[in-house]
Amino acid sequence: MLKDITLGQYFPGKSFIHNLDPRTKILCIVIYITVIFLIKSFLGYAALAIFTALCVFSSKIPVKFVLRGLKPIMMFVAITALFNLFLTNGRVAWQWGFLTITYEGITLAIFMVLRLFFLVLGTSLLTLTTSPIALTDGIENLLSPLKRIGVPAHELAMMMTIALRFVPTLLEETDKIIKAQTARGADFESGNLISRAKAMIPILIPLFISAFRRADDLAVAMECRCYRGGENRTRLRALKMSYRDGFGFGAIILFTAIIILTNILSGRLGLV
Amino acid sequence: MDTNTKDTVIDVNNVEFLYEETDTAQVLKGITLNVRRGEFLAVLGHNGSGKSTLAKHLNAILVPQTGNVTVEGFDTADENLLYKIRQRVGMVFQNPDNQLVATIVEEDVAFAPENLGVPQAEIKKRVEYALDAVNMTEYKEHAPHMLSGGQKQRIAIAGILAMKPDVLVMDEPTAMLDPVGRREIMETVKKLNREENMTVVMITHFMEEAAEADRVIVMDHGKSIMEGAPKEVFSRVEELKKIGLDVPQTTELCFLLKKSGLDFDANILTIDECVNKVMSVYNSKGGATND
Ligand SMILES: Nc1ncnc2c1ncn2[C@@H]1O[C@H](COP(=O)(O)OP(=O)(O)OP(=O)(O)O)[C@@H](O)[C@H]1O
Ligand SMILES: [Mg+2]
Repeated sequence: MLKDITLGQYFPGKSFIHNLDPRTKILCIVIYITVIFLIKSFLGYAALAIFTALCVFSSKIPVKFVLRGLKPIMMFVAITALFNLFLTNGRVAWQWGFLTITYEGITLAIFMVLRLFFLVLGTSLLTLTTSPIALTDGIENLLSPLKRIGVPAHELAMMMTIALRFVPTLLEETDKIIKAQTARGADFESGNLISRAKAMIPILIPLFISAFRRADDLAVAMECRCYRGGENRTRLRALKMSYRDGFGFGAIILFTAIIILTNILSGRLGLV
Repeated sequence: MDTNTKDTVIDVNNVEFLYEETDTAQVLKGITLNVRRGEFLAVLGHNGSGKSTLAKHLNAILVPQTGNVTVEGFDTADENLLYKIRQRVGMVFQNPDNQLVATIVEEDVAFAPENLGVPQAEIKKRVEYALDAVNMTEYKEHAPHMLSGGQKQRIAIAGILAMKPDVLVMDEPTAMLDPVGRREIMETVKKLNREENMTVVMITHFMEEAAEADRVIVMDHGKSIMEGAPKEVFSRVEELKKIGLDVPQTTELCFLLKKSGLDFDANILTIDECVNKVMSVYNSKGGATND
């Protein structure tokens, strides 16, 4: 179960997408997400699907691996879809007792599912092709103009780096604790929601205690390595834009234009 | 005690320390010692004797309440010298998982020089040097969490070496490792001490590790109560036992044989020495009875 979490996992490689500057990738993903919410028609989603597929293929990451990122959100997607399906007003398509499905509800539910899928696909593609360090460096760099108004850009980036660094360590630890508690007769599988939630307490408490102890140790270790915030810090890898990033921005602008075009077209033709 | 300042890297002078005002007993009770350039110093002592507290005084993580600590003549109580001191005295801790900052080995090794504002080209050189010194060059692009305990701890050491410190202080660096990892660390440290002339201070619970040092200090209740070459210190078997410490098994064996009236010294450390001694005593005895 814990192994399915691909969010924040890096898949090393040398593809075009891997080699883009992290700042380019972050800006592109922001545009991509905005665009997803602008799409008004199935034609637009078709264009989105083609663009996303092209990105996935040019990243050279196995499609199966990229799709695995969708697994943990399935439940969430299903619930959202059901809400949209039953709770949207409009022309009735089907009715049974108090349950009503409308044509508008069906469209909205499908749109919602597609949006969530592409949202997760896009962001996992970002984290899969960008090493966590590059990612946080990129964020720090993009946020640094905001330092003047008091945004702690360096600290935020450092926190993210450390959080990402400790994800595997804490997952491993959780696994160990679950096994240890199971060996002592704890039952995490049966019972209703409340009793299952209660069963989590013996996992969470040791996990938290150990996390605090680790945080303490890490703080001392960082002090020992002369850490003193972001000032005067140099970097092993400096961020550098290249001609590739020009292509990247070009592609996302073209994509945005196409989506706007599909919106206009479907409006004219009266399509959904 | 000879305080030949030229050869002393760290000078700990009559240091007293307690964590909280309300504590009844001090953790360090007027401890005095020095670390000499190029030596491999081991620090022994039972749980709670103040070893970790002492270690944290060596690079100004903690500052003495009375007495003083100087590193290359710099007083650790002087805030302005803080980073000069920390750069010179690097520290490695018990749990390698809690010391690594980055998700890629070379990024982690670069952390300290980055903090010190070393130029990019020089950082690259230092990362290469440090990874080579701990024999981990081929892992430079790996994720630390995929490595073994011993490898992780070697990365932690490399992260310190990249600061180009004068002294490497290690607080039980092998306590969480399996025997293979323990061996790896001991070999790395001994190589650094021998080939790079790195001064090493190693806190340990393993007598076999302390036996490989040039000099041993034994702590008890916040004081240094014994000091000397491993042979000298370990030959004081009864005193060590009284404060709850073991001696290497070979030393213990010789000590017991001596006590039973045989011609043994309790200053034998290695297995080879022990075997030779046993054989020679056996032969001389055997010769006597056969005649
Ligand atoms: N952060 C702290 N706050 C308060 N008391 C502390 C703190 N750290 C250690 N102590 C206390 O100081 C004493 C000495 O601890 P220290 O960690 O220096 O011993 P040690 O010799 O390193 O022991 P061990 O072999 O278990 O590592 C102990 O009694 C401990 O409880
Ligand atoms: Mg300790």
